[in-house]
Amino acid sequence: MTLLAADDSAACYSLVENRWICGSYLSDYRSEIVDATVQHVWITLVAVTIGLLIAVPLAVFARSHLSVEASVLGSTTILYTIPSLAMFAILLPFTGISVSAVIIGLVLYSLSILVRNTIAGLRAVPADAVESALGLGYGRAGLLLKIELPLALPVIMAGLRVATVSTVALTTVGAILGFGGLGNLLYDGVQKDFKAQVLVASVLCVALAVVFDVLLVAVQRMLTPWARART
Amino acid sequence: MLADVWSYLTDGANWSGAEGIATYLLQQVLHTFTSLLIALLIGLPVALGLGHVGRGGVLAINISNVGRAIPTFAVLVLLSVGLEDLGTQEIGPYGRAAFPTLVALILFALPPIVTNAYVGMREVDREIIEAANGMGMRGWQVFREVELPLALPLILTGVRLAVVQVWATATIAALVAGPGLGRIITEGVANKNTPQVVSGALLVAVFALILEVVVVGLERVLDPVRRARRVSVRFVRSERGPADSAVGSST
Repeated sequence: MTLLAADDSAACYSLVENRWICGSYLSDYRSEIVDATVQHVWITLVAVTIGLLIAVPLAVFARSHLSVEASVLGSTTILYTIPSLAMFAILLPFTGISVSAVIIGLVLYSLSILVRNTIAGLRAVPADAVESALGLGYGRAGLLLKIELPLALPVIMAGLRVATVSTVALTTVGAILGFGGLGNLLYDGVQKDFKAQVLVASVLCVALAVVFDVLLVAVQRMLTPWARART
Repeated sequence: MLADVWSYLTDGANWSGAEGIATYLLQQVLHTFTSLLIALLIGLPVALGLGHVGRGGVLAINISNVGRAIPTFAVLVLLSVGLEDLGTQEIGPYGRAAFPTLVALILFALPPIVTNAYVGMREVDREIIEAANGMGMRGWQVFREVELPLALPLILTGVRLAVVQVWATATIAALVAGPGLGRIITEGVANKNTPQVVSGALLVAVFALILEVVVVGLERVLDPVRRARRVSVRFVRSERGPADSAVGSST
């Protein structure tokens, strides 16, 4: 901290000094940092939300059709093998240079994780619980919404946490199209040899992943009060 | 569009030279195998040792979760900028920014290798180890004859995941003007040459899939449990229990 205090000129991020830790970078570049973080957050949120909205119905449909399940799991495994840079680039002819290419790519990655976990979660619902519900007169929709999905929730949430944390990290690669959130600062920083910017963007990326993860754990505790009562 | 991509990919001039597809492909293959080898040499002894003695589980499991939260791009950028001259230096056939790329690749190959090898060792049925001890087998023997063969399916899964991870990371190295096929994509974007961008993306994706198929094939061939089942009916009966539990947990 004494280093920072001793430096009262605004030039600690200039090319001459080029310090890693530089307070005046934070204040002088504040709006850029905030913009990049906001972009990062909304790209992640949109991608994971769309992924979840597609994954759950897809998993519910796939588990009762074995051939569909095999092809869904097979194709999501293949998708996951394709490196992110190639994924965003391959979408370019369809979307042009736009945020859509990044979001579609991220949705496809999150799908691979979410579909798999949702199917696994639904499959792990105890047969006794399903039978009891049927005996109590639950219909198919009631069974799914009130019994199966709530009981599958811990496994689905585990998948959602993995998908969200991975998406925060993968969003940075969107910088290739100019829509990478904090990745834009990284891309710009490496070209300009801008140490303060590179460090701040990296730290914020990891911090975002941690914050999202903590929030999701809190949501899970809220949604499954029975699990909390037991432990 | 497709015709443009086709003509880009079939034009010999795009394949040759210092900035040709062949050079970038060689760089990426070299980086992938070098870093995988180093990661195996570092990761396997540690994970297998910890798994054998049953210590350090929290570390071995959490290393994967932490690895996921750290963007490969950020690590590449930090290393490239932080290592000063070595960060951008060209190293023989490994290309520009070879050193930070290798370090990043090794770092991201380690989590799947360590986590899977450790879990594989710990999931070996305790009763089998006790039976081996009862037969007079000691530490090293139990490790070599019992634990390692039974843990191998999960260890191999870890290696397969590491290969995919390393290939993807090597592609991103292009974002720090590093080595590998990703350069075709980044240069295509810089020149606003969409056919080139799509060609690069197709090359990266196709080679990633080929690599995955090869590694899955190797995994099948090397898996001793699967092999034993195929080769000898006599052994299948006695090995079925532990074999199924080891394979089942690897999905």
